[in-house]
Amino acid sequence: MDKTINQKAWFLVLPVFLVVAFSAILPLMTVVNYSMQDTFGNNQFFWNGVGWFKELLDPSTDLGSRFFASLWRNLFFSGVILAIEVPLGIVVALSMPREGWRVAVCLVILALPLLIPWNVVGTIWQIFGRPDIGLLGYVVNGIGINYNYVSNEFDAWVTVIVMDVWHWTSLVALLCYAGLKSIPDAYYQAAQIDGASRWAVFTAIQLPKMHRVLLIAVLLRFMDSFMIYTEPFVVTGGGPGNSTTFISIELVKIALGQFDLGKAAALSLVYNLIILIVCWVFYTVMINAGAERPAKQGVA
Amino acid sequence: MARIDLVDLAHSYSGNSADIASYALKPVTMTWRQGGAYALLGPSGCGKTTLLNLISGIVTPSQGKILFDGVDITPLSTQKRNIAQVFQFPVIYDTMTVGQNLAFPLKNRGLPKKEIDARVAEIARLLDLTPYLTRKAMRLTADAKQKISLGRGLVRSDVAAVLFDEPLTVIDPELKWQLRSKLKALHRELDLTMIYVTHDQTEALTFADTVVVMHDGRVVQSGTPAELFDKPAHTFVGYFIGSPGMNIVPAEVRGREARVDGYAIALNRSYDALPSGAKIEIGVRPEFVDVAAPAPGLISANIERIDDLGRVRFARLRVGNAKFAARVPPGFSVPGDVAGLIFDPSRVHVYADSLLVEGST
Repeated sequence: MDKTINQKAWFLVLPVFLVVAFSAILPLMTVVNYSMQDTFGNNQFFWNGVGWFKELLDPSTDLGSRFFASLWRNLFFSGVILAIEVPLGIVVALSMPREGWRVAVCLVILALPLLIPWNVVGTIWQIFGRPDIGLLGYVVNGIGINYNYVSNEFDAWVTVIVMDVWHWTSLVALLCYAGLKSIPDAYYQAAQIDGASRWAVFTAIQLPKMHRVLLIAVLLRFMDSFMIYTEPFVVTGGGPGNSTTFISIELVKIALGQFDLGKAAALSLVYNLIILIVCWVFYTVMINAGAERPAKQGVA
Repeated sequence: MARIDLVDLAHSYSGNSADIASYALKPVTMTWRQGGAYALLGPSGCGKTTLLNLISGIVTPSQGKILFDGVDITPLSTQKRNIAQVFQFPVIYDTMTVGQNLAFPLKNRGLPKKEIDARVAEIARLLDLTPYLTRKAMRLTADAKQKISLGRGLVRSDVAAVLFDEPLTVIDPELKWQLRSKLKALHRELDLTMIYVTHDQTEALTFADTVVVMHDGRVVQSGTPAELFDKPAHTFVGYFIGSPGMNIVPAEVRGREARVDGYAIALNRSYDALPSGAKIEIGVRPEFVDVAAPAPGLISANIERIDDLGRVRFARLRVGNAKFAARVPPGFSVPGDVAGLIFDPSRVHVYADSLLVEGST
């Protein structure tokens, strides 16, 4: 049978193409363009090739050292909050009731931190932690521990981490709870029959069944924490010194503080690339985990 | 290994104060002897799974006691009850191999490794799982997974009983036969008490020495397959077991005679003291009623259709308002729309309010 060929159909795709070009491709290409040029203001641009990228990836330069310092800070931060939020989220999900009106109460309480705008979270903790008027800061200092997130790097880190745990553990807990709810009762009954201890039930049933939601939780939390900006910016402003300056904060300083559009564009692209690569790795891992379906050949 | 006694055991899912008619399991007292192969047979919602879960301790009874060898174990948790149970859908531990799955119940009870290995090897051999022992259980088919579940149920040698809750539902029909005969063989080999819940009469009758029929939360009869077939204690057993089921028709019974639709049917026993006001019915299996040419003195019935089952033909008839099934003798050709029925008097039972009445000889 002959296919009808009608090239006019391309016109149907055109609006989408225009919208995507206008909203995504052109802005991205603008950034690519900036990353290759230098400007001294006045809208005068000079070609710089891959110069900014070379500088960015060379730790001996100012730009490079700032980039790597903030990158390690970011990775360390993500590592710490994952190490806290994932186990804590699992524990919270495990200790939630499985049925009855308490479920609704728990879900609402858990969802609350997730509903607060990010800069409000920052403001809450900024005030909460102040030694003079903040409840937390006042009490901690009152029991004899010297705590001041404005002047002490360690205190600043503790504040930022605790704030993130406060804000986001709920997400991990809710995901884990959904995973737990999907386990049929028969599994728990069989485990009882098999005489499994509480720990054995956790390792043999609950953890394997939460495997997929945990991957999603880790992915989401890693991405979010790797891109974190608002909360630490509001609380510490990246300080004291540069001790809590994460990549996004650094980026804003370079782009808007110094108005170094070329450097900022190069940094944005590398930052974006890192996130894309990590996403791809997680995606591949999750797809492979999903492929572990029962094989067709089996015991007959 | 133990004898299991149920004493006045009952359960309601809506609390103790509920009306007894709403109980999922109405009070039952019975004994399961050590080493028996039992089937709990009944339609969905008749309380058979509830009874099973009460024995294994997953559900706590509203009233009554459960004794293992005379010891009251009602307050004990499932873990302490020394019982094995296999569920309707396969339960396997995803991260473990087939061998580790089978060993799990033994490992949890702290058996020495040598003993565990020997026992796992034996059960794997009996269930043809030996080649798969080191494979991850997660990647196997549903059939194989259910075999692993069965294996975990059978792996403990000291259990009071192994309970099966419709374990072959997910299995293909052909494999069902094999697995069922395998279970039967395992029962002989392992000398375990087995209780098998099913709603499939073939499954129950082929597996068990004693079939316990449940209906509406009550145990209505418990007996060998032959007893259930020959002498159903309840009209429900009559039509639930057998295909086609027993004919149950309203009748007036006086002495040695039952009258149906104006016709007299002779009875082997005499029924003089029937409870007054009760609903009286007679029950007779289609196998014991023959279709014949209409003749005076025979009940006349209208033939609706003939079902040819290959080895045997059954006529579907109507006597008055009641539906009836009867055997068409080999070689007999049906004359027209009307036929006479010949009853085997020794096979006709009388029921008062659905319960069998024993006549006097």
